[in-house]
Amino acid sequence: MESKRELILAFESSCDETSVAVIEDGTKILSNIIATQINSHKRFGGVVPEVASRHHVEYVTRCTEDAMKAANVTYDDLTAVAVTYGPGLVGSLLIGVTAAKTIAYAHHLPLIPVNHMAGHIYAARYVKPLEYPLLALLVSGGHTELVYMKAAGEFEIIGDTRDDAAGEAYDKIGRVLGIPYPAGKEVDRLAHLGHDTFNFPRAMIHEDNDDFSFSGLKSAFINTVHHADQIGEKLSREDLAASFQAAVIDVLVTKTIRVAKRLGIKQLVVAGGVAANQGLRERLAQVVKDEHLDLDVVFPPLRLCGDNGAMVGAAAHIELQKKHFAGLDLNADPSLEFAYAATYQP
Amino acid sequence: MGFTKKLTNDQATIAFGKELGPLVQPGDVILLDGDLGAGKTTFTKGLAQGLGIKRHIKSPTFTLIREYQEGRIPLYHMDMYRLEQTGAADLGLEEYFDGDGVSVIEWSQFVKDLLPDDYLMVHLEKDPDDDNRRMLTIEGKGPHYQKLAQEWEEADGK
Repeated sequence: MESKRELILAFESSCDETSVAVIEDGTKILSNIIATQINSHKRFGGVVPEVASRHHVEYVTRCTEDAMKAANVTYDDLTAVAVTYGPGLVGSLLIGVTAAKTIAYAHHLPLIPVNHMAGHIYAARYVKPLEYPLLALLVSGGHTELVYMKAAGEFEIIGDTRDDAAGEAYDKIGRVLGIPYPAGKEVDRLAHLGHDTFNFPRAMIHEDNDDFSFSGLKSAFINTVHHADQIGEKLSREDLAASFQAAVIDVLVTKTIRVAKRLGIKQLVVAGGVAANQGLRERLAQVVKDEHLDLDVVFPPLRLCGDNGAMVGAAAHIELQKKHFAGLDLNADPSLEFAYAATYQP
Repeated sequence: MGFTKKLTNDQATIAFGKELGPLVQPGDVILLDGDLGAGKTTFTKGLAQGLGIKRHIKSPTFTLIREYQEGRIPLYHMDMYRLEQTGAADLGLEEYFDGDGVSVIEWSQFVKDLLPDDYLMVHLEKDPDDDNRRMLTIEGKGPHYQKLAQEWEEADGK
């Protein structure tokens, strides 16, 4: 007799994307429907909570139907329902949480709460099995963290940004360059056409800690453009982008590699929206090659770097094995974060 | 009613913010006004230190609101930068204003309709001749915040 498949229906609605996926055994994506609302936010230069909530309400039912249909499964086939319950915008999170709870209740399925950031890390599971202990560099619009994982489903922050997240710095200098939100992809493209001529500061690169800081870089960038404007000088957008990106990548790569060496890490997962950055991918590969490091750098597939339900399903697979279930009183937690390592000094 | 303060660098901005920490009360609302890179989050780091908060104060731009519960009273650090065109009617700001902590709001001009009548305004401006220097203008709106501004000026003078 054929054993029953493990099928998880996973919801993600923490920010821009409404997404629902059906995942088999934590490794196989049967469907991953993503409805993005970046276009509606572009007009506003950022996420708009009310627009976001309304969009999620509009799309969540349709995405669920599409995901079930594309996966060719029925509710009776499902093993569990999973959902991102934080961090994110509260109004947006609540839509996914409510949808997941409703389906769990109606079909008598266990409900698995997932930390959005765990989802980003587990997106790498679709590339290959993860090996512990592993190090994850989480870089996105709201996060820049080094996360140590002793074992599956265990997360400790060992390094963090002290001010702005890397992705946020991209969006803010993008605004100075007149690039619409989200600016990361376009800055990355421009950077490949220019040269690092401005020598922006590499904050904290040599300091004896595992933290990051991008606020000073943002200020240096703004000051440079501002001073040029004052004297009517036109700076090369390509060189500005290249110089900014070089500073960000120098710091991210230098500090991450240093931690990986110190902890004897064999596998590094780079996750979050900024993991899609080509400059970062190229540089990490280069360093590993040049230094002959025994370090396997895993990037999630590009289509899974942004927010999506599949990554939630992969993280939920681990939680299911640990039987970490939530009751129907599950609430959204907009400020949810991993615990800091006991050794971490703020 | 208010006062101005010249600050020579980031550390001075933090030290000045720190002086306000012991003076704020639950329900206080502080608006931070200034351009990108003017030092709003830097100032908030100082205020957080003055409240006894040890965690890093990270930019709330992406999450809109960050809460810190570990100090003398809670700190609610808000950033309305991304709400320029639409406001924030369903963010529940008023619950924070009526709450048990102090609310610090960056880019509050984008949510003007939702602000209380009285508040403390901290305006930060870069010195056009020196990227490190800042000129801060403090203004209390309403009797409670006029008194707070005065107490802060006195604490700073000591």
